[in-house]
Amino acid sequence: MSEEPYNLSVNNAPPALSVQHLKKTYENGVVAVEEISLTVQQGDFFALLGANGAGKSTMIGVVCSLVNKSSGTIEIFGHDLDTEPHHAKASIGLVPQEFNFNIFEPVIEIVINQGGYYGIPYKVAYQRAEVLLKQLDLWGKRKEKALNLSGGMKRRLMIARALIHRPKLLILDEPTAGVDIEIRRSMWAFLSQLNHSGTTIILTTHYLEEAENFCRNIVILDQGKVIENTTMKKLLSGLQTETFILDLKEPLAHLPNTNDFKLFQRDAKTIEVELDKHRSLNVMFGFFSQHNICVMSMRNKSNRLEALFVKLIKKSKKAIR
Amino acid sequence: MSGQEIWVAFKTLFMKELLRFSRIWIQTILPPAVTMGLYFVIFGHLIGKAIGEMDGFQYIDYIVPGLIMMSVITNAYSNVVSSFFSSKMHGHIQELMISPTPHFIILLGYVAGGVARGLGVGLVVTLVSLLFTEMNIQHPFITVGIVFLTAILFSIAGLINAIYAKTFDAMNIIPVFILTPLTYLGGVFYSVNLLSPFWQQVSLFNPVLYMVNGFRYGILGVSDINPLASFAVLLIFISILFSFAIYLLNKGIGLRE
Ligand SMILES: Nc1ncnc2c1ncn2[C@@H]1O[C@H](COP(=O)(O)OP(=O)(O)OP(=O)(O)O)[C@@H](O)[C@H]1O
Ligand SMILES: [Mg+2]
Repeated sequence: MSEEPYNLSVNNAPPALSVQHLKKTYENGVVAVEEISLTVQQGDFFALLGANGAGKSTMIGVVCSLVNKSSGTIEIFGHDLDTEPHHAKASIGLVPQEFNFNIFEPVIEIVINQGGYYGIPYKVAYQRAEVLLKQLDLWGKRKEKALNLSGGMKRRLMIARALIHRPKLLILDEPTAGVDIEIRRSMWAFLSQLNHSGTTIILTTHYLEEAENFCRNIVILDQGKVIENTTMKKLLSGLQTETFILDLKEPLAHLPNTNDFKLFQRDAKTIEVELDKHRSLNVMFGFFSQHNICVMSMRNKSNRLEALFVKLIKKSKKAIR
Repeated sequence: MSGQEIWVAFKTLFMKELLRFSRIWIQTILPPAVTMGLYFVIFGHLIGKAIGEMDGFQYIDYIVPGLIMMSVITNAYSNVVSSFFSSKMHGHIQELMISPTPHFIILLGYVAGGVARGLGVGLVVTLVSLLFTEMNIQHPFITVGIVFLTAILFSIAGLINAIYAKTFDAMNIIPVFILTPLTYLGGVFYSVNLLSPFWQQVSLFNPVLYMVNGFRYGILGVSDINPLASFAVLLIFISILFSFAIYLLNKGIGLRE
């Protein structure tokens, strides 16, 4: 879905989130955020990536008033979190990384009560909760104590809870951790739809193919600093080659030579092709036809973003040393 | 938030607290009723006869107001301390912290829950006491005023305790080492006139003495303390603790890292 380099700012609308010179040192001396500045425009689908401990959850915690910052400023739709906390808070919905609801409360109460804290009367909250729980396939479980939900259901419960007040900005800290493939797909479809209807979405994930498929803009954090801040498209265009794995019909005794691309044999019936990004795939297929090699199937070797991610982090670590 | 929205937030929090302790009434309502029933039997009926009169009343009638007060104090306090502390430990306090609900509403919501449990248990204990003796309330407004303010005060105190507590053990230190002694030495079981002048003076520094005696004045019409002083002490302590609790919530102490 990575089309044009994305700049969604229209009519000087304030960004959904602006973080300037954020620093956070925990009481135990850990510098979780050394310096983060970033802007997320309204309507964006934004990925916040980084290795474990990079500072993602800490930054999100500061934005959501769960962690005290050491310094810096946070603005949400133009409202400073320090001076206009109520406006800022009313616009954010958070799906935290850790389960943080009362496990002894029934599902529907958790969602409705959260609405109450935003001033939404019971009846209205109930109607909204019904819609959300149905969309997230939890309606049948509404009377269960949260304790009795599976891990994936608990995540979906937190999504429903985060949306009860219809926030303009939804922040999800690893929403798909522990969620099975089918539900993950429907979760992404749900989030895409939400984004299309105007909700700005920021998320962290360690499943990079998800970020690649859905997010337009991306920031990579490492050790509390921004090491990459760009569009998904630009980032991926930085990759010079792509590697494919091909399954052959017949075992191959001898691998023919070519200068057009690199070839490796993995086993008798599997070969790897590393192709320059700007070359057409036809070159490759022409070559195989010419040598009477019959290709049965083909797939990408690994996620492209993943490879890039690892490279960037390595580079950043070297620079620090 | 508009006034309407703030009201909704308060109601949500209060109802949640109300539901919480009603659901577990076997842990929250029943034990004090049983304990106080035993106090009435043993101290009132059995030992009380040997003690005779205190301040012109049968011993059981003398201690009933004190025992009701004691249940109100401990229940208001423990309701808020355990509810707030567990929401902190299990993380669901975050549901409130990310929301625009103002801090004073968070405080009032929890306090209202504590007051509801304190007064609820107080009422149950009063009913139990009626099995053993009669009660003719002399000054209903003073009685209700004192018990209500006392429940408020100890609910706020419970919240402050919960804010500072880092472990379940820490949560119990104040109740065991401060609250219980203050209550037992606060004139629940005796008139301070029985004490030597020195200990009478010392007792005057115990705020619980003012509450128990104010309440006893409301019910029996006798007190070691001027009831106005009881109200004054309550209002002063409530103002101090309320402001302090708001300060702690604003700072995020014990809540935000
Ligand atoms: N409450 C805390 N007290 C002290 N240090 C903390 C606390 N929370 C996080 N840290 C430290 O801050 C750093 C950043 O942690 P953070 O949770 O923000 O990382 P993250 O990017 O979200 O990682 P993950 O992908 O594992 O969720 C880590 O070194 C972590 O140990
Ligand atoms: Mg994290």
